[in-house]
Amino acid sequence: MKPAPFAYKKARSLDEAVALLVEKDARLLAGGQSLIATLNMRLSAPSLLIDINGLGGLDGITVKGGAVEIGALTRHAQAERSDVIAKQAPLIARAIPHIGHPAIRNRGTLGGSIAFADPAAELPACLLALDGEIDATGPKGKRTIKAQDFFKGLFETALGPQEVLTAIRVPAADNAARVGFAELARRHGDYAIVGLAACARANGKGLSDVRLAYFGVGSTPVRAKKAELALASGNIDAAIKALDLQPHDDVQATGKVKTHLAGALLRRVAKQLLEA
Amino acid sequence: MKITDDSPPVLTALDRPNSYIGRSVPRPNLQRLTQGRGQYVSDVALPRMAHVAYVRSPHAHARIVKITIDAAKNATGVIAVVTGAELAKVMTPWVGVLTHLKGLKSAPQAPLAVERACWQGEAVCAVVARTRAEAEDACELVEVSYEELPAVTDPEIALDGKTPVIHASLGDNLCFERKLDVGAVDKAFAEADAVVETTFRFGRHTGVTNEPRSVVADWNEGEQRMTVYHGTQAPHMMQNLFAKHLGIAEHQVRVLTKDVGGSFGIKVHTYADEMATVALSKLLKRPVKFVADRIESFVTDIHARDHRVKAKIGVSKDGTITAFEIDDLTGIGPYSVYPRTSGIEANQVVNLVGGPYKCPNYRAQARVVFQNKNVMCQYRAVGHPIAVAVTEGLVELAAAKIGIDPLELRRRNLIADDAYPTQSASGLKFELLSHHEALAHLDSMMNYAGLRAEQKKLREKGIYRGIGFASFIEVTNPSAAFYGVGGARITSMDGATVKLDAQGAIIVHTGVTEQGQGAEAVVAQCVASSFGVPLDKVRVITGDTDNTPYGGGTWASRAAGIGGEAAWQAGKALRGNVLAVAASILQAKPEELDIRNGIVVDKANGTERLPLDELARVAYFRPDTLPPGFQAELMATRHYVPRAWPFAFTNGIQGSHLEVDVDTGFVKLLKHWCVEDCGTIINPQLVDEQIRGGVVQGIGAALFEHCLYDERGQLLNGNMADYLVPMAAEMPDIECGHVVSPTADSELGAKGAGEAGTAGAPASVMNAINDALRPLGAQPLTDMPFTPDKILRALGKV
Repeated sequence: MKPAPFAYKKARSLDEAVALLVEKDARLLAGGQSLIATLNMRLSAPSLLIDINGLGGLDGITVKGGAVEIGALTRHAQAERSDVIAKQAPLIARAIPHIGHPAIRNRGTLGGSIAFADPAAELPACLLALDGEIDATGPKGKRTIKAQDFFKGLFETALGPQEVLTAIRVPAADNAARVGFAELARRHGDYAIVGLAACARANGKGLSDVRLAYFGVGSTPVRAKKAELALASGNIDAAIKALDLQPHDDVQATGKVKTHLAGALLRRVAKQLLEA
Repeated sequence: MKITDDSPPVLTALDRPNSYIGRSVPRPNLQRLTQGRGQYVSDVALPRMAHVAYVRSPHAHARIVKITIDAAKNATGVIAVVTGAELAKVMTPWVGVLTHLKGLKSAPQAPLAVERACWQGEAVCAVVARTRAEAEDACELVEVSYEELPAVTDPEIALDGKTPVIHASLGDNLCFERKLDVGAVDKAFAEADAVVETTFRFGRHTGVTNEPRSVVADWNEGEQRMTVYHGTQAPHMMQNLFAKHLGIAEHQVRVLTKDVGGSFGIKVHTYADEMATVALSKLLKRPVKFVADRIESFVTDIHARDHRVKAKIGVSKDGTITAFEIDDLTGIGPYSVYPRTSGIEANQVVNLVGGPYKCPNYRAQARVVFQNKNVMCQYRAVGHPIAVAVTEGLVELAAAKIGIDPLELRRRNLIADDAYPTQSASGLKFELLSHHEALAHLDSMMNYAGLRAEQKKLREKGIYRGIGFASFIEVTNPSAAFYGVGGARITSMDGATVKLDAQGAIIVHTGVTEQGQGAEAVVAQCVASSFGVPLDKVRVITGDTDNTPYGGGTWASRAAGIGGEAAWQAGKALRGNVLAVAASILQAKPEELDIRNGIVVDKANGTERLPLDELARVAYFRPDTLPPGFQAELMATRHYVPRAWPFAFTNGIQGSHLEVDVDTGFVKLLKHWCVEDCGTIINPQLVDEQIRGGVVQGIGAALFEHCLYDERGQLLNGNMADYLVPMAAEMPDIECGHVVSPTADSELGAKGAGEAGTAGAPASVMNAINDALRPLGAQPLTDMPFTPDKILRALGKV
């Protein structure tokens, strides 16, 4: 379990990191919680690792213009302890304790998790549920990508080969915001068999603007749009029936079981959404 | 050092002043290990040491057409690239058979595959380089062309005429078969009021050790000696095997085994890649190191279980069990593992089914077949988890069928506590067990009646909790009956050498080994108690075939019971020798003196007469002052081997309390209890932790661990993310209770405690799940591990 040889450079600025990405098979090294494992198992063999740890200005949590902005290098543990996240991005606050174990959360970054785009990971689904945005910087400058346009396929994103994810942004929660999160993993900290990140707005005794983002059921996080509508009309059973996910079998569970579990999760998450 | 005085049980010969028997003293290696000063093989670095990495077969079964090594040979840092054919000239192949398992056959296995690879992960070529990284880089440059052969993976069809035979020389794929028919089984089933018949399945799993398998071999051409630093459970066994297959004498091999990061039976076997590493050192005349990585561990560390058992129980209306019948089938990979063989687990299943019960009618068949998957062999509690789950699964299904409480059914059938000595239907000899006392203890410890009342109440609210039990017996302290009689050079004896140093401290050399389980602590306690010194005056040395007495090492729960007795006897012998010296200095009678707390005292009243450091000063430096003709003997060796019984059986009962989420099929473990009887308890804390650790591994089998293979023999989840080792967050509190029935075969009376937890936990968890789901009409679950998938299917939800 030794990685294939690679070159290593520590980037001193964002521009330098972008410039270094010109090299073929170069990879960014942030928290390394997925990358290092794949290197050691020789599942990937990049020619160059560009270490962006320590780049200034990429690890803050701030509130700007009704949105919570989280720098790409923010560690999971930092977000887990953040009051701003707890109060204004409660869905992320609920999701983070499910990510790996404390040692992983100490090192792993939010930006890394989004950019890696593991379909069974929590944060991509949260970002999709929250209708969040991703900031990226490349040779042509800075651009913003909507979450719904970002996750393209299995470990595949809208980021160009020379683009660096710099921050994510989600709407700051107000009093009417409701969130729900649940996942089923056989051991705490594992990737979930199936999980659900959800948000909505309180509307009298009911809900509106329901957004359900499942993870672990496809090659990207998946919205369950028919179920969203059913849930907004107040019918949980109809929402479960309306689930149109098509998960594949994997070593954890068959697609059939995942579909069943998705329904069980929806019942739990709906209850959370309806709790004031 | 903090010593907890926790009122040891009443003892006889052991009840000496300042006895440490029955006390939870901290293990002497604790500080060293927690400060990172352990000496694991992984830590060993020698001058000129090279590292080996192996090219492994990606196919379950393939002919090796050609190996092209030129590019690898010329790669940076590479010292040698060696194929199976070359290494076969250095080391002879081996065959894993034992003569007392009649008919057991296997094929010769070489250190590296020659001509044919028989499982995915078998090493086919060795690359030796300056570093492991360089060796792995060069492995990628070795080109092996394979011709894929049909893989035999399903044991059910391994013996069909149409299925290819893996080793043509053997004629078929049958490794071993055993049949047993005792009493009048057909009559007993015919007369039973109820018969329950079902099929149990046990997932193939493995023992994931903290430290992977590791070996550093160092052939010294000048000395003509091989020194092997080896993470093993049995240094003397390995000394014999290295010598035998290198064609040298045993005295030319030294095996050093210091700290070992967990074993669980994984490290008591011959591994081709470890043998190859030793052969490479001989070939290259320099030290070579091999440390398995996790990916290699999953495809090469022995797997275990993977049994399919068709089973049947007959029971009468009054709850009497009338008969047991089983048909066990297991696939053990392409080779029977050397030298303990892969027939033992199935053999144990046949031996152990029905073991706690009076039932005299028992029929069993076991078949062990070859297949193209990683090899299977002995892992913690060998055969017990299978036999216990089959027996106890049947017992609880029968109880449900005739409407008797499962504990009550056991009370009516367990062998009575006053019936000993006796034997089981399969012929196992029991010296003294305590099934009923253990059951009564468990009943009150867990407040069984209270849990049943709570269960009933919660069911009304849609909460499904289950309570399950498992009575069990456990093989410990094996005599030569286990391996020696079958022709394997695996000793069942162990020894201890005890030496008084020149300041009155004690040094013990023992044949048993430390795997992290606390053997050093137990040996120190035995010597400190029988000789008479404070524990911090005792230093224990293990794992060095040049310096420790010949011994079996650590397996089958033998270290405390056998190694402890040898240590106890050695300490006693040295006490006699030292008192002879004291008597001659003090002009007293030796029998009127004793050693207590490091001081020679008058036996009658404890009056201090002579500190040991003063005695040692006189004996070592002024022997001229001792009477003419008197020679002080300040070193003593004693050995011990169980003779009166083939095995010191222990017994116990476990209880599991859990909740099944019927929406998701997830199981939440609420609590686990184990009452067991390992005879004299030397260190209560170490015993309890052995039980707890064992229970956790048993829970792993029941709920989590599974080596998943596809039909082509590819392991699908051989990594730490996909293979689910049981983790702390999911584990319940585990409460331990004890009954003490010492064995009379040794003065210490200690039996083994290492495997009881693993033996009974899977059965009790299975029974609790079925107990929880019974009111919902679920089909009983008998296919481990019990995943949410299987539970939902049993509930008819998917």
